[in-house]
Amino acid sequence: MSRSLPSSLTSSRRLPNVWDALASACVLAGIVALVHVTPETFQPIDAPQAVAVSLDPSNLPEYALRTTLRMFAALFASLVFTFTVAPLAAKSRRAGLIIVPILDILQSVPILGFLTFTTAFFMGLFPGKVAGLELAAIFAVFTSQAWNMAFSMYQSLTTLPADLVEAARSFRLTPWQRFWRLEVPFSIPGLVWNMMLSMSGGWFFVVASEAITLGDKSWTLPGIGSYVSVALDQRSMPSVWWAILAMFIVILAYDQLLFRPLVAWSAKFRMELTAGAVAEDPWVLKLMRRTRVLSVMMDVVGDGLSTIARLRLSLPMATGERHEKPPSKLADALFYVAAVLIAGWMVWLIVDYIASNDVGLADLGEAVKLGLFTMVRVIVLIALAAAIWVPIGVWIGLRPDWARRVQVVAQFAAAFPANLFFPIFVILIVKFHGNSDIWLTPLMILGTQWYILFNVIAGASAFPGDLQEAAKNLQVRGWLWWRRVILPGIFPYFVTGAITASGGSWNASIVAEVASWGDDKLQAHGLGAYIAQATTDGNFARVVLGVAVMSVFVLGFNRVLWRPLYAYATRRLTL
Amino acid sequence: MDGTISPAPLMQVTGCRQSYHKDSSADLVVLDDVNLTLKVGEMVGLLGRSGSGKSTLLRIVAGLLKPTAGEVKWRGKQIDGPADGIAMVFQSFALFPWLTVRENVELGLEAQGIPTAEREKRAEDAIDLIGLGGYESAYPKELSGGMRQRVGLARALVVHPDLLLMDEPFSALDVLTAETLRTDLIDLWSEQKLPIKSIMMVTHNIEEAVLMCDRILVFSSNPGRVAHELAVPFPHPRNRLDPAFRELVDNIYAVMTRRPQKPAASVQTPAAEAGVATPLVSVSTNLLAGLIEALAAPPYDGRADLPALAAGLQLEADELLPMGEALQLLHLSDLADGDLTLTDSGKKFALANTDGRKAIFADALRNHVPLVAAIRRTLDERWNHRASSVRFLDELEDHMSPDYAEETLRTAIMWGRYAELYAYDEEAAQFSLEDIEDAKPAE
Repeated sequence: MSRSLPSSLTSSRRLPNVWDALASACVLAGIVALVHVTPETFQPIDAPQAVAVSLDPSNLPEYALRTTLRMFAALFASLVFTFTVAPLAAKSRRAGLIIVPILDILQSVPILGFLTFTTAFFMGLFPGKVAGLELAAIFAVFTSQAWNMAFSMYQSLTTLPADLVEAARSFRLTPWQRFWRLEVPFSIPGLVWNMMLSMSGGWFFVVASEAITLGDKSWTLPGIGSYVSVALDQRSMPSVWWAILAMFIVILAYDQLLFRPLVAWSAKFRMELTAGAVAEDPWVLKLMRRTRVLSVMMDVVGDGLSTIARLRLSLPMATGERHEKPPSKLADALFYVAAVLIAGWMVWLIVDYIASNDVGLADLGEAVKLGLFTMVRVIVLIALAAAIWVPIGVWIGLRPDWARRVQVVAQFAAAFPANLFFPIFVILIVKFHGNSDIWLTPLMILGTQWYILFNVIAGASAFPGDLQEAAKNLQVRGWLWWRRVILPGIFPYFVTGAITASGGSWNASIVAEVASWGDDKLQAHGLGAYIAQATTDGNFARVVLGVAVMSVFVLGFNRVLWRPLYAYATRRLTL
Repeated sequence: MDGTISPAPLMQVTGCRQSYHKDSSADLVVLDDVNLTLKVGEMVGLLGRSGSGKSTLLRIVAGLLKPTAGEVKWRGKQIDGPADGIAMVFQSFALFPWLTVRENVELGLEAQGIPTAEREKRAEDAIDLIGLGGYESAYPKELSGGMRQRVGLARALVVHPDLLLMDEPFSALDVLTAETLRTDLIDLWSEQKLPIKSIMMVTHNIEEAVLMCDRILVFSSNPGRVAHELAVPFPHPRNRLDPAFRELVDNIYAVMTRRPQKPAASVQTPAAEAGVATPLVSVSTNLLAGLIEALAAPPYDGRADLPALAAGLQLEADELLPMGEALQLLHLSDLADGDLTLTDSGKKFALANTDGRKAIFADALRNHVPLVAAIRRTLDERWNHRASSVRFLDELEDHMSPDYAEETLRTAIMWGRYAELYAYDEEAAQFSLEDIEDAKPAE
């Protein structure tokens, strides 16, 4: 956001105006809240006020703030991770060989299952401190966010436009300058989009990770998630509604204050050189541009940043020039052998751990059987969601006015942590004595179905007008129209949405297949319930087994179904 | 130009060779034994067909590529990476879309660590010189193609290079815009307002080279070599309609269509394998049919002078020559000394209906394009009349770069499909004889 001469400095009027007052109030309030919350983190864990969660709604603003802060701490960590790991993977061939597949797998592994280990780990780091719990929660969110962000940046870095790379070389930018002038800007649109997806998923995890059970002990971190879990224990329906309201406000604020402006800003870094239809700037961006004081501050920050970017540092790692000489075969061989040995050692550790804890083949069979149950659920849910949302999405997508409005709502709904709505379903099931195996199932897709909707809307909006006209002209109607015209047209988009939705559903099964309302416990048969139960029992070996089996299922699902479908969609059905 | 020409060369390229290593067979030579001396005050054009290595040479001179063999000396020193005093203008402009015009122009100065005040002054000067004043804070996407290339020029000039390299700088622009930009550049150059000593440009546009350059190096393909070097003696501004100008353009066409000195390969000889690996340039059958029709019709009546034909069809030499060569390969027309002449089968083709044309084209392919003949023969021999395209691609890659191999195969697929010699399933990457009528007997 740097200009050489900030317009606010050259303009004659430099007195603060109303916009400044408004915006400054927002910023100040933010700082005050931050200062207020931070010191409590280093309380010893036994201190009662640190972990006790009260259902008094007046506490909710603070809880909401703490939940949000955890989110942003995790986002920051994810960004740091992205900016170190992605360049490393892109610039070092050997590092890339290891990092890329790891990222690929981490993206599709049910991280909720790992919550137990990470909690144990961080509790070990900070024995008796709330900080351990805090870090564990933040780490849980981090694990839901970091991988696809890093992957997105890696992809950008490996697909830099050749002419810009040549220009950067021919003007002899140092690796540091090249990084900030070429590589980071080029990565920004993809990164921002993935940040948005990550954040949307992250709310779900932050809510899930605040109430932590470790064997026979359980702790709650002050936050919206633990507020809801206490409400569940105490059968307090009004508290559930309060929590939903609080979360609604938080997500609305996050969406309006952070992501709309960020997405609008990132459009500047798109590669297309055509001035396309530009969406109206979100109000926050307008506010920031209108305020005198704020925009001066932004410019100062921007100028500072571009001065740093201009520095002629040379990073040892980032080799701008490609060395033509072939890499040493011996070093490669050593590298591969080392990698294989380490991987083998890790597999051995896992197997050894599981085996030494009296978990045998019978458990494996059980886990696989339950995995099949969960898989059937996921397939049925995706099919149902497609049957419902594809027609609706197409209807909306072909009407631009509707599409714009609904798109915002759908993205909002995707960000809203669906686990806050679980209690409502649970109450209904308890009340009507529904079958848990059937009625707990919809919870898995509650939060992720929106990905299908908004991708289908995007697909239908992007459907070429001339093809629509041609279909009308040929009087293609009814089922033929769906089969030959619109379904193939939106298919690539649908697949993108369905991949996200199915991955999310597997993850959600861990929290959705088990539910409780006071003393009423509901449990469905499935791998998610298996993992959840093992976690409650403190049986780490079973957790490992369950997570491993689920990872295999998810990866297999991706390889066998989604990847070929996606490849087919991009090969055959894109214009 | 007619300025002072000092004896010491700016740039000296000696015995330059560029090849890519292939595992299975001999190295793939892109550029072979190129010698070039660049003096102060001259504008040199590298002219040639795509794939003749002229862009490769430009990148070697720019220090973006390291030659496999040979010396490149810049101000008397061996070049090792992008050098001080050499700036480049790109065909695609290569502007950073997230930087404003001013920031794009300042980029090269930032890289040199020039202090802010001087940087801004020099950027402003370059922007004004190149006619971009008022656009400083615009982003590239707000500009037209011509203005974008002006930014590209300003960005190169602002570092005050001794040598300006231009890689087909006007080929992405429409005709009028390109002409304006050319004229502006020539004016600035001949009035010595540019802070540079020499210009070297790559082009495939013959008229552009004659219009702008003092010296033209004509490249031949496979491998890229300097086939011909000629001086352009006219003073600026030059007149395209001047008979001497036209004659020089004609001469260059003749040089570029001079027939290579090699015996025609026949399919039946043991050398057939080499024939299979003849690179094919992707020219659509519609274009070929259109060109034959144009040639057969008045005013050409079967024989056309290439510059006139190019002007009449509004094609550039680089577009017309591959078409002419494809027709020559198919023995549908004859290309020599700047003329394109229809053969008998070419004339028949012009008169035939759709099916007749397909039959003539099929005959031409079977007799003169060994790759197509080999694909069809393989299909006829197989019991299920199917064959994977991968094996043909592999075979081609033994003899040429992967890009060329793919283009050659794609062309064979396209031509063979048109001639209904075989069908092709993209999904399965497989040739077959499905829906091919005369598929029964193997000849």
